[in-house]
Amino acid sequence: MIRFDRVSFTYPGASRPALSEVDLEVGEGELCLVVGPTGSGKSTLLRAVNGLVPRFSGGTLLGTVTVGGRTTEDHAPRELADVVGVVGQDPAAGFVADVVEDELAHVMENLGVAPDAMRRRVEDVLDLLGLHEVRRRPLASLSGGQQQRVAIGAVLTAGPRVLVLDEPTSALDPAAAEEVLAALTRLVHDLGTTVLVAEHRLERVVQYADRVVLVPGGGAPLVHGEPATVLADAPVAPPVVELGRAAGWSTVPLSVRDARRGAGDLRARLAPLRPDDVPGARRAAPPPTSGAVARVEGLHASYGTVPALAGVSLDLRAGEVVALMGRNGSGKSTLLTHLVGLRAPTRGRVEVGGRRPHELAPRDAVRSAGLVPQDPGLLLYHDTVAGECAAGDRDAGLAPGATRAALDRLVPGLHAAAHPRDLSEGQRLALALAVVLAAEPPLVLLDEPTRGLDHAGKRRLVAHLRDLAGAGHAVVLATHDVEVVAEVADRAVVLAEGEVVADGPAREVVVHSPVFAPQVAKVLAPEPWLTVGEVAGALALLDAERPAPVDGGAR
Amino acid sequence: MTARPRPPRLLHPAAWWAWGAGLVVVALRTTNPFLLALVLAVAGFVVASRRSDAPWAGSFAGSLKLGVVIVLVRVAFPVLFGNRLPGTTLFTLPSVTLPDWAAGVSIGGPVTLELVVGALYQGLRLAVVVAVVGAVNSLCSPYRLLRALPDALYEAGVAVTVALSFAPQVAVVARRVREARRLRGRPDRGPAAWRGSVLPVLEGALERAIALAASMDSRGYGRHGTAAPGLRRLAAGLTLAGLVLAGIGAYGVLDPSVPAVLRAPALLAGAAALAAALALAGRRSDRTRYRPDPWAGSEWAVALSGLAAAVGVVVAGRAGAVLDPSVNPLEVPSVPVAAALGVLLAVVPAWAAPEAPALAPRPAPELDVAA
Repeated sequence: MIRFDRVSFTYPGASRPALSEVDLEVGEGELCLVVGPTGSGKSTLLRAVNGLVPRFSGGTLLGTVTVGGRTTEDHAPRELADVVGVVGQDPAAGFVADVVEDELAHVMENLGVAPDAMRRRVEDVLDLLGLHEVRRRPLASLSGGQQQRVAIGAVLTAGPRVLVLDEPTSALDPAAAEEVLAALTRLVHDLGTTVLVAEHRLERVVQYADRVVLVPGGGAPLVHGEPATVLADAPVAPPVVELGRAAGWSTVPLSVRDARRGAGDLRARLAPLRPDDVPGARRAAPPPTSGAVARVEGLHASYGTVPALAGVSLDLRAGEVVALMGRNGSGKSTLLTHLVGLRAPTRGRVEVGGRRPHELAPRDAVRSAGLVPQDPGLLLYHDTVAGECAAGDRDAGLAPGATRAALDRLVPGLHAAAHPRDLSEGQRLALALAVVLAAEPPLVLLDEPTRGLDHAGKRRLVAHLRDLAGAGHAVVLATHDVEVVAEVADRAVVLAEGEVVADGPAREVVVHSPVFAPQVAKVLAPEPWLTVGEVAGALALLDAERPAPVDGGAR
Repeated sequence: MTARPRPPRLLHPAAWWAWGAGLVVVALRTTNPFLLALVLAVAGFVVASRRSDAPWAGSFAGSLKLGVVIVLVRVAFPVLFGNRLPGTTLFTLPSVTLPDWAAGVSIGGPVTLELVVGALYQGLRLAVVVAVVGAVNSLCSPYRLLRALPDALYEAGVAVTVALSFAPQVAVVARRVREARRLRGRPDRGPAAWRGSVLPVLEGALERAIALAASMDSRGYGRHGTAAPGLRRLAAGLTLAGLVLAGIGAYGVLDPSVPAVLRAPALLAGAAALAAALALAGRRSDRTRYRPDPWAGSEWAVALSGLAAAVGVVVAGRAGAVLDPSVNPLEVPSVPVAAALGVLLAVVPAWAAPEAPALAPRPAPELDVAA
């Protein structure tokens, strides 16, 4: 269905090709998952399928990309609209119409689909993606998850045989992501649609994939094949795969179900231990602390007449990492913007370091609380990484090089002359985070920091957030990424409809939640293990105490 | 009009635009403040009764604010620079003597009541036109008008709507950039903030534009389809020519000082060209329409009420009613009855149009756009 024949692509002005000598064939009806580190060229590969690369990006493409028998050399993206549907990373940026139904119909109007067929397909897609309740809603009033589903629907109505999706679930809460993925598998299984999808949150998609394409980046050749084969020793892998590796199973499991069926022995071995017994593990209870860095009391906020927060009370203490979870639109971002003083409370109080953040001058505000917004690029103004770091030092009055040092701890070796807009999503986040951290605010807030981050980037982020907490910062991250919550959070706060519905030690809050539990917890429930690291530590401890018992899958 | 409750639906956009056009004609033909105020009241009443709860429904309020600015500017200019009308002096501004080569321009001097009132009438007229356009935008979104356009104009229309959506997008980007400046500890108010924001705002807007273009192209916008390119160009050319001719003709019909050949003949020629273009476009028809808006009784009522307003003012003008009340000598304007009745008829849509369906039912759940 899709064929890449010796495809090389170089962005204009780039010294190295983003893709080199790519040979790839994706067959009819396959769900093919593209994985790889941040900045390795996944998006480039995806956008080349319908010719957006090079027609919209500039640059030189060698070789041929053929899709549904047509080459992108001879056919502009618009002439391929009936064969390929491409959904970009930011769904809202691509909307044309102003209500859901019209957006879904737009592509069919362009293709000249007969009115009755058009009507039927819109209804089908509304049902398929669960959008019928919002069919007349203005697109601007939809949540991120709904917008993503509309964007998928807006290409699906054309009945394309190939669907290309770039990070379709990374902005979604776990439940919404499940819905999107369920719809995708339905398309693959019932309609035989070929799906090419890039996703950093492997754990969400890999169980549905027929094939995994690993884009290692740096001009190295692509690796592709069966998911289990490719992931067995790929640098990126979902937690179940890592659990399989840590437990020494001969075949790596791809889904929670696979892993759980093979994990009986593991559960039994781990039963006598508690996560607290593992050296270096985080304590189950929040660390005893001096006092609150920030205090929120009975906070109410609304947008126009729509309530966003309804009486939220929270204390944020030094040295703890707090995960703020909840559906899209449950008020997480709103709470963060209040903590940093972008909004004044309609009712209630917000205090950071004893002062009200919205009354502070910007210069003082960054010293009490720093926020990395969902789109980290907003924080970046300069045209080189070096310029950005120098400005970061200046803004915060630091010794030259401090921001750069913070940056290198997150993403080592970022080219000083690179333009921030040319960086990958993850590199940009690291740069923005470095800029915010440079001022050393006691309260560090991150809004969806792991969107677009690969596993290595997440691991570095987690380590860095732990260091920050160790150094006495209070860290709050609003996130949908339960795996990162499991790795990093001491405490979890769940918001729903603007109210706090759960607030407690992360382990207690997430372990038994069907939505927020990380994969390891689902595999090992009812044992309270959250991460592969904890399990590996516990296994090492057991091995040190007595010789490893011989069980079915052990090496 | 019936008292039977009708199911809520959105009216055909062309009906709203016809209604708006009627009111605009009234506003353009008169400077009578009573008549203009009546137009404003009618437009406001209809908007209040029939707008939806969509985000664009707020554009009437926005256009009113713009109208106030227009009136203020329109009054300030003649007060500062205008010709000095004789009459009752309100106050005297210090005047500047300009060199001979600038004769005809005066700065300062006595400000008369006649001068201010005349400027007020002119400003009010322009403000009312803007308010009526804002009212129509509140009642139906620009995209809906685009969808009702003939095929030949569709692509140009999409370009226009996208351009229209650019300004609000820039506003959103600007707000985010301002917030981000605060997050970096830089001033978020004052000239320094503005200077520092221009580039990121433009970059952000440009990136969105490119993303939108890529998305539209991926979804088949601008496909060649099966029609011969020559035919397509002919249809587009005819449409444009037709619109221009019809525009000139319509203006000519309204303005008696235009030469006769630019009146009815131009209007007819324009209409003929448009009809030909539509026929051509219909024949090649490689685009289709999703759920085209029906044109039913309500649409007729709304469009005709707008027409009634326009006819009222034209009839009043022909019958010698004073549509442009004298300011020198200043007199209290009389209300031209025929024109006022016509404008009053334009309030009919407040009942004749079906209610707009609820677009954003409470609770509107998601607002994760803040940061």
